Amino acid sequence: MESQPAKHAQRTASSTPAQWLEGIRRLADQLPSGARLMEVCGTHTMAIARHGLHSLLPPKIRLISGPGCPVCVTPTSYINAAIELARRPDTVIATFGDMIKVPGSESSLEQEKARGARIAVVYSPYDAINLATANPGSQVVFLAVGFETTTPATALAAIRARSEGLKNFFLLTAHKLIPPALRILLSDAETRVDGFLLPGHVSVIIGARAYRFVADEFRRPCVVAGFEPLDILHAIAMLLTQMTQAQADVQIEYRACVSEQGNLAAQRRIAEAFQPCDTEWRGLGMLPASGLTLKPEWAALDAEKRFGLRVTPAADNPHCACGNVLRGKVTPPDCRLFAKACTPTYPIGPCMVSSEGTCAAYFKYRRQ
Amino acid sequence: MCLAVPAKILKISGPLADVEIAGNRRQASIELIEDAAVGDYVLLHAGFAITKLTPEDAAETFALLREAEDRIGAEPKYGIPASQTRSADR
Repeated sequence: MESQPAKHAQRTASSTPAQWLEGIRRLADQLPSGARLMEVCGTHTMAIARHGLHSLLPPKIRLISGPGCPVCVTPTSYINAAIELARRPDTVIATFGDMIKVPGSESSLEQEKARGARIAVVYSPYDAINLATANPGSQVVFLAVGFETTTPATALAAIRARSEGLKNFFLLTAHKLIPPALRILLSDAETRVDGFLLPGHVSVIIGARAYRFVADEFRRPCVVAGFEPLDILHAIAMLLTQMTQAQADVQIEYRACVSEQGNLAAQRRIAEAFQPCDTEWRGLGMLPASGLTLKPEWAALDAEKRFGLRVTPAADNPHCACGNVLRGKVTPPDCRLFAKACTPTYPIGPCMVSSEGTCAAYFKYRRQ
Repeated sequence: MCLAVPAKILKISGPLADVEIAGNRRQASIELIEDAAVGDYVLLHAGFAITKLTPEDAAETFALLREAEDRIGAEPKYGIPASQTRSADR
């Protein structure tokens, strides 16, 4: 196991939420123009909304949500490709559950399933491997989405499929990388972010060092945060402390799980099967070297190549504001569809589909 | 989607382990963990252990989950006494 430089911060035993909030208020008083802090993790988005942290913070401290939900940033074109595969005979789509309601251009995987397509919800990529082993007459395509937390699992599934000589297991890849997305957000003059609450479990894999450039090149404070409300308050206090001292550093609040260098074994697995590629993010567009695709020597597992798919750009609903929500430019209530045409039962945009999406969080916890 | 939960390793068979999550037993991959041993606590994501936890960290998470159960009046599943989790050798 990687070294853990310091013990879990002394927060739970010694400080109450009220004390942390008081500390945050004092720090906020020292920042005349306040602070806009972005979280880049759907689990943080939900924790912040569920515990009502927005309403506890001084109004000068704004928490905004970035592109931290893999389902939300998966483009319509990918869903269309998955649907095209689902309509093929003898094909089984294996997917994490939150993908099945995401609308494509004219249908969703859920609707395809109702029409008879074989769509299996799996918990683990290894479940998809088992499905392929148990159904040799079917082609099993695993929808390989997710950030760095999930990619090692897909990489190991690819490695296992190859070592077992499975001929009916494929990946439709849309894995995304968090650091390049942060770079794009920081390069966009319209997105004002003063500091980042960085994702805990992505960072278990890639380590805090992966964000060094945010502090060094862009001079923004960063804190890798855990998921309990006190973790988040603690991380906010750490960010504000850096701001009041005009510092920009990458700190780890989630010491129990996150190290400077990350999980090296997982990083090696990723590098074995995948290489960086340009990829489309919903709302952010085509971003250079921001995704992972199978290396050429793994092409036999690539569903796009095997089935001659062409993932072509697709238009989103012109009224859907998910793109700007994901950039932190608008909040869900600014969207004309929010809570009217677009609800968790009949979602139009992916930020409402995923239970971790910003729109879903607003709908559930923050509707006025 | 990047949710992860603590689990305890009960039995190791090559790259896979039987783990206990909240009283349920299931299989998980321990290929991403170095020197995994029976009794270790790990953080599990999509069926893969992604890092080890110290028993204290796991106990803290279990305590928080137990608190959440109390709040919603659910039947306790995370009721592992802290003393028991601490006794796990590292």
